Amino acid sequence: MNHNNVSNDWLFEITPKNKFFSLNLKEVWQYRDLLFLFVKRDVITVYKQTVLGPLWYLIQPLFTAITFTIIFNNVAGINTGTVPPFLFNLAGITIWNYFTACLNGTSDTFKANANIFGKVYFPRIITPLSVVISNLIKFGIQFLIFVVFYIFYYFQGVNLTLNFSLLFFPVLIAVMGILGLGLGMLISSMVTKYRDFSNLLGFGIQLLMYLSAVMYPMELIKDKLPKLGWLVEYNPLAYVIETSRYMLLNIGEISVLGLSYTFLFTVAIFFTGVLIFNKTEKSFIDTV
Amino acid sequence: MKKDIILKAENVSKQYRLGQVGTGTLSHDLNRWWHQVRGKENPYLKIGDVNDRSTKGNSDYVWALQDINFEVERGEVLGIIGKNGAGKSTLLKILSKVTAPTTGSIKSRGRIASLLEVGTGFHSEMTGRENIYLNGAILGMTKKEITSKLDEIIEFSGCERYVDTPVKRYSSGMTVRLAFAVAAFLEPEILVVDEVLAVGDAEFQKKAIGKMQDISKGQGRTVLFVSHNMAAVKSLCTKGIVLEHGKVVFEGDQNESVDFYLKRSESRSEINLIDRKDRLGNGKLKVKSVELLNHNLQELNEVISGEMLIIKVTFVKYQEIDYRKMKVAINFQDENEGFILSFINDEMDYSFNNLENQDYFYLKIPNLYLRAANYSLRIMLSETDTHHNNFIDVIEKVIDVNVLPGDIWKTGIINRKGHSAIIPGEFI
Repeated sequence: MNHNNVSNDWLFEITPKNKFFSLNLKEVWQYRDLLFLFVKRDVITVYKQTVLGPLWYLIQPLFTAITFTIIFNNVAGINTGTVPPFLFNLAGITIWNYFTACLNGTSDTFKANANIFGKVYFPRIITPLSVVISNLIKFGIQFLIFVVFYIFYYFQGVNLTLNFSLLFFPVLIAVMGILGLGLGMLISSMVTKYRDFSNLLGFGIQLLMYLSAVMYPMELIKDKLPKLGWLVEYNPLAYVIETSRYMLLNIGEISVLGLSYTFLFTVAIFFTGVLIFNKTEKSFIDTV
Repeated sequence: MKKDIILKAENVSKQYRLGQVGTGTLSHDLNRWWHQVRGKENPYLKIGDVNDRSTKGNSDYVWALQDINFEVERGEVLGIIGKNGAGKSTLLKILSKVTAPTTGSIKSRGRIASLLEVGTGFHSEMTGRENIYLNGAILGMTKKEITSKLDEIIEFSGCERYVDTPVKRYSSGMTVRLAFAVAAFLEPEILVVDEVLAVGDAEFQKKAIGKMQDISKGQGRTVLFVSHNMAAVKSLCTKGIVLEHGKVVFEGDQNESVDFYLKRSESRSEINLIDRKDRLGNGKLKVKSVELLNHNLQELNEVISGEMLIIKVTFVKYQEIDYRKMKVAINFQDENEGFILSFINDEMDYSFNNLENQDYFYLKIPNLYLRAANYSLRIMLSETDTHHNNFIDVIEKVIDVNVLPGDIWKTGIINRKGHSAIIPGEFI
């Protein structure tokens, strides 16, 4: 080491505040093994000492889809066109689940990990990232069950067609994950000081589902509730779900405007989330 | 030669808000935000009390640390000592980037790894091996590093047989061993250690202290070590700082720091023993004060097990007596008033022959072979005529002697605590 310029060769400095925006990707990369191990921990420990194990991943969306089909399609009579209502609901629920899992998982990052965060430093963003990734694995398993039913209905003679936009499906899932991550980081930062937000989140997610076109096509809300339709139209999640149904089931429509809005919204939320998260991670341990 | 400073703390302060987070916090937050918007200074930084938990303060804000400055050279082992609430843990938290200072900064030329707790992030459902990886990664090691040290870690922990068993089946001692083993193989440039040595059984403690010595002396690593264990600080550290109420009150070599701390800690409320009414005896003499001193006759408030203790007894003469016939007994008592040690002058064939001219005497104990605990002193002065032994002055619980853990056998193993004496002996 060169000792001549002793005054300015500090490796790092611990200061009261972070820079305005610091997403230290280099540091995150150094801790990639930790990210991987967190994901592994989350995946393998969730269903230890359960009899059904990972089957629980499948039971929840299946039963929700059945319930939705009975209530919204059979009782309320929502028309899903040529696509079987069950498959329609399963698609919506699978994708919606990924969002809520990301949001729920990341929104109590600080509170749930206070014991670790209070003892050792590592880039805090590793934790919400690991949640998003481990939920991606869960999503993959749930998506497989969708594929199984898709094939099942296909051989039943239901008219199902794929279209080329399916290639962009991973992008859509990434958007969903990033949106969940951004919002989750935002909320987790606020929860450290004001627990009110975790109460808000509980029923907020439920209400949001009804505004996100999970169990109905977007078209329908515009027809039936012209006055309140904007609530759904301004909801970026609705576009993600509507578009993914277009990709998977070839129904509904792709709104370029809506998707662009969603992308912009996601980017904005993500960066706001990182910003607030960075500000909070420095001294949240004093207030959590 | 220029000093090779690896870590430097500059005016580090940390403010905490007392009380509960509630509506008051919101209004303060809004006010703070409003000041910030107008480009003004945070209004709550100007206020704040010195952090003394026993006195009632005027402000909701306290300074857990105030203007801390120190430098650490490469390869130095810095002991940070201070009583509970002096700000040691806060300082460690700032050093390990768990929380940020309110003002000031810490500059570093090396990677810091902190060991504020062993086994951070252990998951009880995962096996020992999986937890080694997880814990290692949390502490900042890469998977590759852990893999290369895995065998050593497992061997050091002594849990080879259980390494593929979930940690929830481990005894608490085994968990700690495994956790410490992972930490012991960390190789940062700067290691920040809280009192993790106070875990495990004696054999493991020796291993742990030995490993710490290896890390600091053998490998030239810089270590910042916080402890209540003065014996460990003396043997491990090369330098010390003493914190009191969030401020650095002393900086020097480790022995001076420990001496300073022992002198300063628990500043006893000076009770004038003359005023004590609960005493027996004819009152010809009355004990006025009893002081605990170290080998330099400096006052102590705590003494390390195995080190020299000098007890100074000062008295007031109300009536002259024949001091040559005076009998003095000084007893160390445990909490149940059982006698652990007694020093009685006639047994020791000592008679006081110069007390005509002075009003004090000393008892010198070259090695205080007592286990760490709180003892109380009982003092008895009596005079003997041909038939009777008459009390002059007897006071129970004259003063508390707080004995801190030490290494009496000089084996590197800190002796267990407890109210008892240790006398020489060996297993053969």
